[in-house]
Amino acid sequence: MDKTINQKAWFLVLPVFLVVAFSAILPLMTVVNYSMQDTFGNNQFFWNGVGWFKELLDPSTDLGGRFLASLGRNLFFSAVILAIEVPLGIVVALSMPRQGWTVAACLVILALPLLIPWNVVGTIWQIFGRPDIGLLGYALNGIGINYNYVSNEFDAWATVIVMDVWHWTSLVALLCYAGLKSIPDAYYQAAQIDGASRWAVFTAIQLPKMKRVLLIAVLLRFMDSFMIYTEPFVVTGGGPGNSTTFISIELVKIALGQFDLGKAAALSLVYNLIIIIVCWIFYTVMTNAGAERRPEQGVA
Amino acid sequence: MARIDLVDLAHSYGGSAADPASYALKPVTMTWRQGGAYALLGPSGCGKTTLLNLISGIVTPSHGKILFDGVDITPLSTQKRNIAQVFQFPVIYDTMTVGQNLAFPLKNRGVPKAEIDARVAEIAGLLDLTPYLQRKATRLTADAKQKISLGRGLVRSNVAAILFDEPLTVIDPELKWQLRSKLKALHRELDLTMIYVTHDQTEALTFADTVVVMHDGRVVQNGTPAELFDKPAHTFVGYFIGSPGMNIVAAEVRGREARIDGHTIALDRSYEHLPSGARIEIGVRPEFVDVALPAPGLLSANIERIDDLGRVRFARVRIGETKFAARVPPGFSVQGEIAGLKFDPSHVHVYADSLLVEGTA
Repeated sequence: MDKTINQKAWFLVLPVFLVVAFSAILPLMTVVNYSMQDTFGNNQFFWNGVGWFKELLDPSTDLGGRFLASLGRNLFFSAVILAIEVPLGIVVALSMPRQGWTVAACLVILALPLLIPWNVVGTIWQIFGRPDIGLLGYALNGIGINYNYVSNEFDAWATVIVMDVWHWTSLVALLCYAGLKSIPDAYYQAAQIDGASRWAVFTAIQLPKMKRVLLIAVLLRFMDSFMIYTEPFVVTGGGPGNSTTFISIELVKIALGQFDLGKAAALSLVYNLIIIIVCWIFYTVMTNAGAERRPEQGVA
Repeated sequence: MARIDLVDLAHSYGGSAADPASYALKPVTMTWRQGGAYALLGPSGCGKTTLLNLISGIVTPSHGKILFDGVDITPLSTQKRNIAQVFQFPVIYDTMTVGQNLAFPLKNRGVPKAEIDARVAEIAGLLDLTPYLQRKATRLTADAKQKISLGRGLVRSNVAAILFDEPLTVIDPELKWQLRSKLKALHRELDLTMIYVTHDQTEALTFADTVVVMHDGRVVQNGTPAELFDKPAHTFVGYFIGSPGMNIVAAEVRGREARIDGHTIALDRSYEHLPSGARIEIGVRPEFVDVALPAPGLLSANIERIDDLGRVRFARVRIGETKFAARVPPGFSVQGEIAGLKFDPSHVHVYADSLLVEGTA
C-alpha cells in the first residue's frame, strides 16, 4: 500500500485550531488555572490545589453551603417549570387551529414572548408585579391577596416561575405544534375508523409522534432554566435573602462582587460539568429513541 | 357485511352551492352487492378517493345518500359506519406491538378481553402475522404494516365493507403479487364486500369482479374486466384499459360503413341515427387490427416501429397524422414502410362525443 504522505494538510486544520484555541481552549484553561489558586487582589496569586473543589462539595463551608443551596434551587426551579411548561405547551399546541388565517395569527402571538430580550422580560415583570404601580401586584393586593415579591419568598418564587412560564411555554407549544403538523391525516382517519376516543388518539398517535420534539423541548428548557440569570436578577436580585439566588447569580456575586476568582473559577467548572453531563444524558436518550423508530426495511 | 347503495351521490369540496362542473364527484347512482370485490379505477384526481372517503364517512357528501343494506347512513360518523379502511401509507400505532395494534379497534369498542384475544389470534393466523404478535409494529416492513392495517379492519366481525385506498403503493413489486393474492384469498374465505381504489389497471383487473372506471369526477363504466376490454362504454375506458390502449380515430360513419382518411371500413352493425353535430370516432383495440401487406381495399398506414412484447408484436403506425397500433400476426414479417390494416368488424365500435353508440343489427 502506497500512501501519499503530505504533511501540508495540517495547515488546512490550522485556522480552525486557532479559532477554537482562542475562543474555547485558552479561556477554559485560564479558568482551570484560576480554580487552583487563591488571590487577595493586586494580581497576587497563591497555589491552592484542589482546595476550592473540596470546599464546593462540603456543605459546612461557606462556598460549599452557597453552591449546594443554589444548586438545589436551580434543580427545583427547572423541575417546576418543566412540569408546568411541557403539559401546558402540549395543551396549547393541541388546541391550536390546523388551517386558515388563524394559524398565522396564533403563531405570531406565540412567538412574541420569545422575541423579547431577557432583561426586558425581567423589567416587564418587575414593574407588572409591583404592589404600588404594577397592574398585577396592585390588582392582587386590591382583591385582598397580600402579594409582595420583594419581601415574601413564596411570592418571589411564584413571580419568577410565572414569568418563565409566560416567556417560554411558547417554545414548547411551537415545537409540539410542528410535531403535530407532521402527522399524516390518514392516522386520524384510521383512528376514527378504529373507534378511538379523543384520549386514545392522544396516547396512541399524537404523543408518540411528538416524542422526539418533546425531548428536544425538555432538553432546551432544562438547559435554559438551569442557566437562568437575567430575569430573576432583574426582578428579585436573588432575594428576598438568598431565596431566589440561582447558581449563576451566586457565581457573579463571587466573581465580580467579592473578586474571589479562584472560588468562582472552581464553581463555574463544576457548573459547566453538570450541564455537559446532563446534555450527554439527553443526547443518549434521544439517539436511542431515534434508533428505535427506524424500521428494518421499507418505508416508514 | 352489507349491500351498498349510492343514490345520486355527489360531492364538491366547495360546498353544495358550487358550480356542478367543478364537483370532485359528479352524481352517481350505483349498487354494490354484499360480498363483491370492486375496484375503483382511474387516474389521479378522477374522484375515486373522494368516493371512497364518502363511503367511509371521512368526507360528508354535499348531495345524495349512501345506504348500507337499505339503511341511510349518510349522516353517521365514521365510527358508527362499521367500515374498515386500509390507507395508501401504512398506519401503525407506534408504541404498540402487532397484537395490541390488532386489538385496538376492539378495545375501543369495549369488547371483553377473552373475545379480543381469540379474535386477534384468528386474524393473525389468517394474515400470517402470528410470529410477530409480540413485536413492536414499527420495526416491521411496509407489507407487514399494511397487513396489520388490514387486520385492524378484519378483527371486527361485523364490518360492512373493507375499503382500500391504493394499498400497494409502497410495497415492493414482488411482494405486491403475494399481498394481492392474499387479499383475493381472504375475500373468498370471509365473504366480505371489498372496495379497492387504484390507478393501476393490472391491480384493478386482477382483484375485482367489477371494475368501476372513473374519469374527471364521473363514473364512465361499471363492468367486469371482460366487458371493459370488449366493449368500452367511453373512449377513456378504451385507452386507459389495455396495453397498448384502444385506437380512437375520427371517422365519418354512415349506415354500416365508416370512412377514415378517405378509406371505407365495414362495420358489423348499422348506425343510422347518430346524433347530429356530435364528434364521431371509431374505436378498435390493437388486438383486432392486423397488419398485412399493402393491398387495394386495405387502409394503408406508415409503419413507425414494431414493439415486440414477447408473446405478441404490435406495430406502431400512422394513418395520416393519427397514431395507431395494430397487431402483427405471428409469422408475418414486416417489409417496407407502408402496411395495410385489416379490421375485425365485430370489434369496431362507434363513439359519439366519446360515448359508445349501440348500432342496430
